[in-house]
Amino acid sequence: METVTGYVTGINGNLANVSFDGSVHKNEVAYILVDGKRLKGEVIRINNGIASMQIYEMSNGIKVGDAVEFTGELMSVELGPGLLTQVFDGLQNPLPDLAEQCGFFLERGVYLDPIPDREWEFTPSVKVGDSVEAGDSIGSVPEGLFTHEIMVPFTLKGRDWTVKSIKEKGSYHVRATICVIVNSKGEEKELSMVITQPVKQAVKCYEERLRPDEPLVTKIRCIDAFLPVAKGGTFCVPGPFGAGKTVLQHMEAKNGEADIVIVAACGERAGEVVEILKEFPELEDPKTGRSLMERTIIICNTSSMPVAAREASCYTAVTLAEYYRQMGLDVLLLADSTSRWAQAMREMSGRLEEIPGEEAFPAYLESTIASFYERAGKVRLKNGKIASVTIGGTVSPAGGNFEEPVTQATLKVVGAFHGLSRERSDARKYPAIHPMDSWSKYSGVVDMGRIEEARAILRRGNEINQMMKVVGEEGTSAEDYTIYQKGELLDSVYLQQNSFDPIDAACSPERQREEFDVLYDALMKSYDLEDKKEIRGFFNQLRQEFLDWHGTQFQTPEYYEQGKKISEFYMSKAVE
Amino acid sequence: MQKVYTKIESIVGNVVTVRAKDVRLGDLALVGDSYATVIKLDKDVVSLQVFAGAQGIGTNDPIRFLGRPMMVSFSEHLLGRVFDGAGVPRDNGPALTENMIPIGGPSFNPAKRILPKNMIRTGIPMIDVFNTLVESQKLPIFSISGEPYNALLSRIALQAEVDVIVLGGMGLKYDDYLAFRDTLEKGGAMSHTVMFIHTAADPTVECTLVPDMALAVAEQFALAGKKVLVLLTDMTNFADAQKEMAITMEQVPSNRGYPGDLYSCLASRYEKAVDIEGAGSITILGVTTMPGDDVTHPVPDNTGYITEGQYYLKNGHIEPFGSLSRLKQNVNGKTRDDHRALMDGMIRLYSQYKEALEKKSMGFLMTEWDEKLLKYGELFETKLMDLGVNIPLEDALDLGWQILAECFEPNETGLKTSLLKERWPNKDALN
Repeated sequence: METVTGYVTGINGNLANVSFDGSVHKNEVAYILVDGKRLKGEVIRINNGIASMQIYEMSNGIKVGDAVEFTGELMSVELGPGLLTQVFDGLQNPLPDLAEQCGFFLERGVYLDPIPDREWEFTPSVKVGDSVEAGDSIGSVPEGLFTHEIMVPFTLKGRDWTVKSIKEKGSYHVRATICVIVNSKGEEKELSMVITQPVKQAVKCYEERLRPDEPLVTKIRCIDAFLPVAKGGTFCVPGPFGAGKTVLQHMEAKNGEADIVIVAACGERAGEVVEILKEFPELEDPKTGRSLMERTIIICNTSSMPVAAREASCYTAVTLAEYYRQMGLDVLLLADSTSRWAQAMREMSGRLEEIPGEEAFPAYLESTIASFYERAGKVRLKNGKIASVTIGGTVSPAGGNFEEPVTQATLKVVGAFHGLSRERSDARKYPAIHPMDSWSKYSGVVDMGRIEEARAILRRGNEINQMMKVVGEEGTSAEDYTIYQKGELLDSVYLQQNSFDPIDAACSPERQREEFDVLYDALMKSYDLEDKKEIRGFFNQLRQEFLDWHGTQFQTPEYYEQGKKISEFYMSKAVE
Repeated sequence: MQKVYTKIESIVGNVVTVRAKDVRLGDLALVGDSYATVIKLDKDVVSLQVFAGAQGIGTNDPIRFLGRPMMVSFSEHLLGRVFDGAGVPRDNGPALTENMIPIGGPSFNPAKRILPKNMIRTGIPMIDVFNTLVESQKLPIFSISGEPYNALLSRIALQAEVDVIVLGGMGLKYDDYLAFRDTLEKGGAMSHTVMFIHTAADPTVECTLVPDMALAVAEQFALAGKKVLVLLTDMTNFADAQKEMAITMEQVPSNRGYPGDLYSCLASRYEKAVDIEGAGSITILGVTTMPGDDVTHPVPDNTGYITEGQYYLKNGHIEPFGSLSRLKQNVNGKTRDDHRALMDGMIRLYSQYKEALEKKSMGFLMTEWDEKLLKYGELFETKLMDLGVNIPLEDALDLGWQILAECFEPNETGLKTSLLKERWPNKDALN
């Protein structure tokens, strides 16, 4: 195919207008040549013979007349063994390699190979004459903890392909041809371990989509018991700044029971990515005993990096997630924050002079967000394996007001809503998920009926608290006051969790169930207590005992002893 | 030979357009004798933003393109000097032209960052104990106009142990600028300070250049191994200048007239804060005044999402609620074993004090518990919150335990029993 070329006719911020010869496609990748550097961009509009490109790099120094090369290919990522443990920017540039080449700062126009240049031990699983189609495995290589399936490209069209030749078991370079396939028309295709996938096309090589019905354990009591997330489900975490969105997401990344975790830091602080980078290699994955980093990929387009690449970083992340799902793994994708991506869309829409919608966001905001979250899901693959992609996105609503367009568009398409509240974080009640306003459509690790009863106490306690603000403590009956204290107890010893305490930070489902049983029993009892002072003293003591219980290692003698102590303590005052 | 263009086609706000060829986006030009940058190219129509404002510019004024972007001189000679937003000396010293470096450079590679790990001691308990300032942190002071934010800023600057102070003043009142200069001179810090000052009377465009100038210089000092503290006051003026320019450029406003890229604008500046492995660091302390004490106003709101916490200055002291240092966890585990727990416990009780106070003001009967809280709150405010208090962290922690012991029984504090046993001043109360 002949390369289509053009030249720049105008530039405004990160939007360039390009005049071209030949044919160009919408969303194809093109490069602007500036000072011997190639700046990557994507065609987002073609109007009156002029292509408008968003540039994924800083646009300073571009001038009218600069040459442009069109590639004819859609924005894509490369998929293959060696992606795990890596840190990429939004365009799948490995950042550590970039640092080696360019030093402290991110130089523009440098694009490096995302797939590490090395050999892998390949074991074929097909033989000459076998018929294959898109997504089928042709063999595997061992990648850290996992068996990395080598698959036929997901974009391969037609079902009439057969294997013409396949390499024997042995060590091959990642980009060496290991298999040749041929179709009925005699067209041949050479396959290596690396495949290319356009980021905006969802991978659909599976048998059927299933209902997300199995909880994805995060080891956060408040989520697993009260506001659960399911494998293959979606959830969003909106919250004002400082409410702890990122700390919560890091806890989920650390403790989430998925095979692979992909963290997409999109338009947020670089420091937060560094925390993951430095912390995760030190932490041990309790499931496998290996370093947490071995199951993690980080896509990072921080707030000071070029705006247009934020969108790319979300799509890159979800495409990587789908790739690992195709191998039969459960993948958890955490995107922080989708609001920054929406803002990037707004910026571009403004430069394109589109008619603005609410708060100047483009009209296609909702459908774009919806189609992103819809790429999550639990599926049954063609080989019968069950796999899933779970997507959790944070939202940063302006002014902490959930009525704004991005939060509302997100709420429509997610299965669980973990709304963070400023009041709770101000009072240092972490995680600051609001237990009343938030909801989840999935089922959790503790019996849902009992959870509802506990939630009712919380709600009633909250009402009494509101009432007490008007009528005062003296105007409240001892009965109501007890309910209020019960609600407070539930909140402080079950919903709150200290993420900096080595033991309390991760609470296993078994422990959650055991502790909840004791707490539930304590909540359902009536107590023989004189006056409010005694009631308060009793619950203060009970709270203290529970907090000390959280500090004991699960299933040790101290743990059982403290559990017994708690039961004995509240039973001493309980009445039938 | 530079070509001179003398036919300006339009002058709108601070933006002039001229037909010219071979001009790059971001290049610097001279319009008459004022500097300007290229902000948009459309075929051969070049839009230029004039730093000093377009007032008095004639359509026949000469325009020379300098063929380079905006730059600032960097050398040790900067120390002790004062410049305006365009880099022109404000004091009577000579202009500096050696070793010019571009401003608004590329962002730091996240893979090269290291975890911030050094506490910056300020002697202010509300900062040291409750919201520790950390080297390489970016932190604004949220304040309403009229609060002593500039005084607080200069006090921190004087007490913090840093090698270089870079002050970026935007829309400063002239007296505030003089006050800064005098305080730093008196405190003996002027010799390691560089100032980029835009006063309220100066042209708007220069206001938007101040942070870039200040941070470009800071970055070079940091690369040379210096610990740099950058003070930016007031970032709301910076945002307002951005708004003014965006509106004159006929951009679609997003929220209360501010441009849609306000977040990115602020982020690209604040994100310059960094701790460089094997070299120095940049710590940014900014001031964001909140119009009408409204934290949901677009400027403080966007800032809060970018920075690593904020100090909320209200009624002359740093509020425990709303104030937050996100990096405190990186350092307060290493100061003293009781630091974290005491900090959380005291704030929790202070929040209950606020509720009790509310009850009292509504005329409800005060219980014994409420009385305890009221006593606690009062002690907390006078002994720890007052900005006049100047004690090291360890003394402040001891003081915290004393206050707790004066007001409460140990089991009322919600602190772990093991910690109480170790730190509670009156051991008899524990049994």
